[in-house]
This record gives sequence, structure tokens and C-alpha cells, in this order.
Amino acid sequence: MASPATRPIRVVLAKIGLDGHDRGIQVVARALRDAGMEVIYTGLWQTPADVVRAVEDEDADVLGVSILSGAHLTLVPTLVESLRKRGLDRVQLIVGGIIPETDIPKLEALGVARVFTPGAPLPEIAEFIRRSAGRAAE
Amino acid sequence: MSAFKDDSPAASAPQASGGTHQGADAPRSPAASEKNTSRSQQAFREALAVAKEREIGLTTVSGRAVEPVYLPAEIDEDYETRLGFPGQYPFTRGIHANLYRGRLWTMRQFAGFGAAEETNARFKYLLEKGQTGLSTAFDLPTLMGLDSDHPNSAGEVGRLGVAIDTLDDFERLFAGIDLGAVSVSMTINAPAAIVLAFYLATAERQGVAWDTLRGTLQNDILKEYHAQNEFVFPPRESVRLVIDTIEFCTRHVPQFNPVSISGYHIREAGSTAAEELAFTLADGFHYVEQTLARGLPVDHFAPRLSFFFNSHNDFLEEIAKFRAARRIWARHLRERYGAKDPRSWALRFHAQTSGVSLQAQQPEVNVVRVAYQALAAVLGGCQSLHTNSRDETLSLPTLEAVTIALRTQQVLAYETGAANSVDPLGGSYQVEAWTDALEAEAEAIFAEIERAGGMIAAIDAGYFRRRIAESAFRYQTEVDAHKKLVVGVNAFTEQEPSTIPLLEMDPEIETRQQENLARVKAARDSAAVEHALATVRRVAASQENIMPALMAAARSQATLGETVNALADSLGRYRRGA
Repeated sequence: MASPATRPIRVVLAKIGLDGHDRGIQVVARALRDAGMEVIYTGLWQTPADVVRAVEDEDADVLGVSILSGAHLTLVPTLVESLRKRGLDRVQLIVGGIIPETDIPKLEALGVARVFTPGAPLPEIAEFIRRSAGRAAE
Repeated sequence: MSAFKDDSPAASAPQASGGTHQGADAPRSPAASEKNTSRSQQAFREALAVAKEREIGLTTVSGRAVEPVYLPAEIDEDYETRLGFPGQYPFTRGIHANLYRGRLWTMRQFAGFGAAEETNARFKYLLEKGQTGLSTAFDLPTLMGLDSDHPNSAGEVGRLGVAIDTLDDFERLFAGIDLGAVSVSMTINAPAAIVLAFYLATAERQGVAWDTLRGTLQNDILKEYHAQNEFVFPPRESVRLVIDTIEFCTRHVPQFNPVSISGYHIREAGSTAAEELAFTLADGFHYVEQTLARGLPVDHFAPRLSFFFNSHNDFLEEIAKFRAARRIWARHLRERYGAKDPRSWALRFHAQTSGVSLQAQQPEVNVVRVAYQALAAVLGGCQSLHTNSRDETLSLPTLEAVTIALRTQQVLAYETGAANSVDPLGGSYQVEAWTDALEAEAEAIFAEIERAGGMIAAIDAGYFRRRIAESAFRYQTEVDAHKKLVVGVNAFTEQEPSTIPLLEMDPEIETRQQENLARVKAARDSAAVEHALATVRRVAASQENIMPALMAAARSQATLGETVNALADSLGRYRRGA
């Protein structure tokens, strides 16, 4: 395996909860792949436990979850807690979807690195991930 | 009421002969036009002569009389083949001779949240504000066939729609609303047959005869595999349930639309207009073929198949899409499936403005987007319309936002004059060229689906999803590169975030719904429930129609989740790789 500094950034993407809106996450998956990252999209209807397992198995640097149902304040705290329990605090957690402005600080206070809402430019998402993984010049 | 009455003198002036305007200087006397008329022109003129007309909007603000339809100076064979007269094959110009002159489209706002009581109150509010049909949104657990007490339902109960677990919930949803008097649309797919059973049992308990029920069940499972991802059972088995409902409704609920073949979600997922058009009609053809395979004559069920399209931003392309949809459906039903009844040829559709086109930035501007999209749907000849609320990209709509959305339709209907003649853009060089182009693109896509081995094989091969994802990615890349501008997003942005009030969900709803469910479960006869579910399993594994077994399960107060599980025991569950 390549050393952590030189291997491509590994990103697990998941839809958590019951909503099936996967247009955004599929577009993001493709953009991150095009930006040279290794992207594992785990698909629909994932529970926080499923997602944490994928992060462990895939040795991911970044976890991106997409929620468009409005259940983010129920699902994200459980997810953060599960990551912490498995000692995966180092994994950058990104949330995408329909998140009201007023809920963004609440998610950030839980430890979410960044919330991207509809209309976020793809290059901005890739750049944020690269920078937060310490690979701005890659 | 003065708003509904035209007091201008011109309104009472007699109608011009024949009621149509043919070119600038064309002869207008009935005698002259009768000489060279085709059979379809005669049928059109007869239909127009007896068609009812609303008493308003027959003149402009300035008093000019509005003819029901404007025609070219010369009616030639090309006109008759490609466009035809409104209400005549191939229905390019619309499905009625005088369309909205007779009756406006149905203004139908999608609503539902919380437990049954909250949605019941919203329904009554909308009816009181002049809405003319109901449209029910269900929450995600219901859409996915889960009960409110399932662990995976946590945080989702009553959030995006109303939570339904049992017949008891359904009865409270429609309490005080006469199902014999109002048409009800229900947006549900994987468990649609079960929800239909709840609806029919509710009508039964209200004492309303099934043959008077009007409304629509979305029940279009194919687009779930293409785009929306709310499926439970595998594709082939799911289609069987759809055909069971078509067969059952054809026999017992003849005025009800058992399926609304939907392009809306395909478009929202990122497809092009041509893909929305083609995938939707291909889904429709698949349902027709599967119902024919049951031995039902096409003219017995095709008239009750209805459609649901997106009305998106590109104004003229959308209008061309609606016109092309009517022409393609008419041609295929008549030529390929041998339908003889004109009602089988005529494509009726509901339209909804595009949710994905709405922006969180400067959300008030969404009202303008919705108005243009609604105008496209009306100029395209829709039968019913939902206008999105300005805040739908942020949360469920507030009452204020829903009212503005409904008022947008009322302004369109009563003030703009857009409803006063049929297909006013017919004959536009651009609209006709695009109608032809969209039809040709759709035919090319039908051929690709055939080459992939037909509908189910194309789903299994990921054909639809691949094409949609490709189109969605191309569009986003163009926006990021500023080749497409979106007001407030990548152009004309503002520093200050504008805020509008959002609907707050009551966190108690989930608990309350779970308590309701526990109460119903405690009160029911569990042996009867077990017996009903065993019957569902047995019938699902057989070739019999599932509806009677689902009706019995509904009456026993078996839950939606229990009934879905019983079906899944026999039909299996569908998982696809990411």
C-alpha cells in the first residue's frame, strides 16, 4: 500500500436514511473521481452503522453523506457518535443535501467539517476535500 | 361574484361562426369551410359546436374576442397528419376541442405532513382556498413500506408527507371529506396496491360507491428503478402488482386512474427533456403490453392511463415536449396496439413545476421561476397542475408559500388569457420544429431500449440510470463553467442571505403516530390479521389478482409494513449495487 501522504485521497460516499435522491451524490462521486480521488459510493438506504463499517473497511480519509429528507438532525448525531466509538475521529465528515441555513451551525458543532447545499460548485467540493486532507498542491 | 363574471359588452357579443379563426383573411362562413373539410375537421367542428364554454375570459382586457382555436389559412394533409385539430388524432394540439375554454385545468397542490390530522387540516384549508382536487404526499417510511415504529423510520415519520400505518390512519386522513365529491391523487409507488386497498376500504366505510371514485394513484414503479429509488420488490414482480391494480380498477373503479406514468422524477434526477419524454412513454408502453398479456382489450384500460410530466425552465422546449408526448402516444396506441377508442389515444397529463430548478439563494425569486414553468404547462395543454412553493428547496412549504403558489395558478387562469384559446403556440416555426425533433429523439431512444432487450433487461443493465447520470453531470459541469447562468447562484448573487419563514415540524408527531399504531394493534383481532396476511402470501405467490387479498388485509387493520413484508415473502426484495 502506498504511504498515507502519497496515496490518493480515499472518500466513502453514502446516502443515509430512506430518501432516494441520489442525483447530487452521483454527480459529486464522478467529480471527485475526475479530481483523482478514490471514491467508494455505498449506495442507498445506509444506516449509520453500515456507513461506519464502510469507512473502516475502506480505510477512508473522508466520509461524505447525503441527506435530502430533512432527517439530518436525527441521523448525523448517531453517525458522529458511531465514528467516535470506533476511533474514527480523524475521518473528515462532510454533509450534503437540503440543509436549512439555521441547521448548519448545529451540524458543525457536532464535528461536521463542512455542509454543502444544492448549487455548490463541484470544484469547490473537491478543493475543500484536498485542502482538509493536507494535499492542496497535489 | 364579480371576479368570475365578465361584464364587458364584448363578452355578450355573438360568437363568430364556427368559433375558429382560420388565417388572416380566410373565409369564415360555415358554408365555405364545409366544402373542403375532412372527416376529422367535421368532427372537430361538431365537437366545438356542442362544447360547453365558461362565461369568463372570452375577450381580452381590451375587449378583443378570443377564438377557441386559430388555424392555418390552408388545412392540408401535412397539417392533419402532424398536428390535427384539437381533440382529434393525433392530439398534438390538445385533447379537447376547446380545452380550457370548457373547463380549466385542475389546480392540485401536493400536500401532506405529520400524522393524519395535520394533513386532513391542510386538505380542508386548500379546498376552502379554491383548490379543486386533492394530492396526497406520504412520508418516507410509508413510501418505503415501513411502519412508523420501525427502527429505520426514526426521524422520518410524518416529515415529508403524512404517516400511514393502517386503515385507521387513512380514515382519519379523509375524515369530513366526501370521497365521492373530490378527486384524490396519491403519490405512492412500491406499496401502491396496499394504499389503494386503504382508499377503497375508506370509501366503503364512508358509504361511497367505488364506481363514483375519481382520482389517481401514482403507482408507476418503473421510474423508481430509473430515477426515484423508492422500490421494494424486484422489477418484474413490481410490474405484476401494477397490472393487478389496472385490472382491478378497470373492472371495479372505472373512473379512477390506477397509474400515473411519471417523467417528473426522471427529469428531476437530471435527464434531458427528450429522455424524460422517451423513458416515460416507454414505461407506458410496457404497462400496456403487460396488461394486454392479461387478456384485457386495450380500449378497456388505456383510456384510464394517465401521465405526469415535469415543467422545467426551458419554456419552448417544455411546450414542444408536451405536444410531442401526445402525438407519440396517440400514434403508438393506434398503430402499434390497435386501439380504436379515441380516449385510448388521448394522452392526459398532470404537470408539476420543477423542484430542482428552485434555489435556496434569494428564494423569493422562485415564485417567478414557478410562474414561467406553470405557463409552459398550460400552453402545453396539461389537465392538472401543481405549482411548487418558493420554499420547497429549504423545507416543506409554509401555508403562506402554498397560498402564493396556488394564487400563481389563479392569476394564470383568470388574468393572463393563456387559457382562452387552445394551443396558441401551434404553428410557431420553432415549437413545431422542436416538437418534431423531440418525437424523433424519443423514437431513437425506444429503439435503443428494444436493442437492450426491452424494458426489464434495460433496467437490469443500468441503461436508464447511466443516461440520466450522464446528463445530470453534463449540466452541473456547464453551470460550474458558467456556460449556464442560474440567477442568485452563479450570477447576480447577493451578499446578504435572504431568509423566508420555514415550516417547523412538531417533534411530537413521531411519538404520537407510534402511540396511534400501538393503540390500533392492541385493539385488532390478531388471528384475523394473521389469516389475512397468510392469504396475501399465498395469492402473491400465485397468478391471482392481489387486490381482494389486500382489501381483506386492510379491513383487518394489518399494517402497511406487515402487508409489505407478506408480499416480500413471496415476491422477494430488490437490492441493486451502487
